[in-house]
Amino acid sequence: MLYRETGQFKRNYAADQQLFPIFQDKILLGVILTVALAVIPFVINDYWSKAILLPFMVYSFIALGLNILVGYCGQISLGTGGFMAVGAYSSYKLCTAFPEMNLVFVILLSGGCTAAVGVLFGLPSLRIKGFYLAVATLAAQFFLIWMFNKVPWFYNYEMSQITAPPREMFGFLVSGPQASPTAQYLFVLGFLIVFTWIALNLVRGRIGRSWMSIRDMDIAAELLGIKPLKTKLSAFAVSSFYIGIGGALIFHIWLGTVEATEAFDILQSFFVLFAIIIGGLGSVLGAYLGAAFMALMPVGLKVVLVDGAGMAVDTAKHIEIMLVGSLIIFFLIKEPHGLARMWQITKEKLRLWPFPY
Amino acid sequence: MAEAQTLESGESAAPSGYADTRTIGGPILSVENIVVKFGGVTAINDVSFDVREGEIRAIIGPNGAGKSSMLNVLNGFYKPRSGKINFAGQSFPAMDPYFAASNGIARTFQNIALFRGMSTLDNLMTGRMLKMKRNFFWQCLYFGPAQKEELENRAHVERVIDFLEIAALRRTPVGRLPYGLQKRVELGRALAMDPKILLLDEPMAGMNVEEKEDMSRFIIDVNEEFGTTVILIEHDMGVVMDLSDRVVVLDYGSKIADGTPDEVRANQDVIDAYLGVSHD
Repeated sequence: MLYRETGQFKRNYAADQQLFPIFQDKILLGVILTVALAVIPFVINDYWSKAILLPFMVYSFIALGLNILVGYCGQISLGTGGFMAVGAYSSYKLCTAFPEMNLVFVILLSGGCTAAVGVLFGLPSLRIKGFYLAVATLAAQFFLIWMFNKVPWFYNYEMSQITAPPREMFGFLVSGPQASPTAQYLFVLGFLIVFTWIALNLVRGRIGRSWMSIRDMDIAAELLGIKPLKTKLSAFAVSSFYIGIGGALIFHIWLGTVEATEAFDILQSFFVLFAIIIGGLGSVLGAYLGAAFMALMPVGLKVVLVDGAGMAVDTAKHIEIMLVGSLIIFFLIKEPHGLARMWQITKEKLRLWPFPY
Repeated sequence: MAEAQTLESGESAAPSGYADTRTIGGPILSVENIVVKFGGVTAINDVSFDVREGEIRAIIGPNGAGKSSMLNVLNGFYKPRSGKINFAGQSFPAMDPYFAASNGIARTFQNIALFRGMSTLDNLMTGRMLKMKRNFFWQCLYFGPAQKEELENRAHVERVIDFLEIAALRRTPVGRLPYGLQKRVELGRALAMDPKILLLDEPMAGMNVEEKEDMSRFIIDVNEEFGTTVILIEHDMGVVMDLSDRVVVLDYGSKIADGTPDEVRANQDVIDAYLGVSHD
């Protein structure tokens, strides 16, 4: 049986509206989840964890959040780095203020804090649109980073660099330098799976449609009874919630030690924005593909150029920058709507393959 | 006499031999002395008229007469400078878009205002927005109450899809559809709201004869089968005269005539507005 919808009949609306209407997709998802949950934890080592899997998963998470705001609701934001910092610093404050609190709650609460900050900086979106809104969110980026550097309360009056205290989950250390790669990987994977599922549910239901209607034609949406301010702010809240959790995960799990100006600067905002543009705006799959492209491509090129071709490390770094840049241009010319759209078109072609008309 | 005369206004626009089984009720919506100004330009000047429940009410007039502005007043997109709107047993100085939508006023646009990135099905489902009540928490879970609500509304939307014969376009992003079908999907989105009053802003602009006939048929069916009150702006006089029960004529923002199609057709002011008068 070929990979296509043709011939896979649906007999009720529930079956028609399921997340993976194509049977082979379910098998593929099952295989991916089995590998992720039952194979990788046993073979993972420090290099794979810190250099490849954790960055990929964390950036997928953040890209997912930004895609809700930019791709689904159409509100351009350049404040991603600032919101990540809010997540990291609020989780640090919570963690040190309540040492007994479980790390999962700490991270969820810091997502909530970021959502509140996101709503605050989303308020101008009712009046300003497009590039002008991007400039307004840029203010959030610079203000937040400045605040985390200059207000000592946020780093507990010590050094402006904050360090994640060791915390356990089910008796295994997940944060701090002694944590095992397996525990850290599973911890982030748990977040990623649960929140990807929630994002998929949100975007296919009433709330997702209200976001998309605001993106596509806000006047018509208003006359259908959708309240623009509430809808835009809900997108800002959900998006910032995801980005804040992503920032907290970067701080606690991936890096362990962060400094606001270095870890969450404006380049992070661009990095995630590029990831969703390349991956595909308005697509959950696109967030994953974009994050994979942006986070893994440099690692892959380094492996090929330094380890494979035996180049000097700094030469390889420059070639890598050039290659990633030209690959971005190539993909955007080939398919301006991103990698997820390429996949979509492939599916549509397979529907009629091998006899297209 | 096979011809049933149930229209209050006495004269039916329907051809003889056609049985009009509708019942036209009392006024469901009326405007009194509406004035709309943009800076120094008076778009609507002291216009009053009413719309009866179940009728097809046309608003006609030359370009720039204030027809679309009038619809924008009716669903709350423009706030009039003075005058009032009577609807749902209340009287307002201006309509609120949310109130209008939640009390059954739906609308289509002169320049198609569909959600271009969404599929036909999603566009129609967006029309059901106000019928869906499940909160954020259930939306996150999807399974359970949110799914039940989603499927109920899907079933409703599917009836609209069947009615408009757009089943083949369900999964197509509407941006890819040809113009005539986009107009039809937009009508579908308005119908998905279960409207009491349907505001149609030039539903047949830019269509060929067949498409106009299709659209006319849909409008008549909506009006007859669902009892939906229709307020229609249209430039094609043949269509207006055939479809509508009563016609308001606007010119330079003022009302110059109001009555049945035949009365309006015979009105000297209307003839002058459309054909011009010689100043000698």
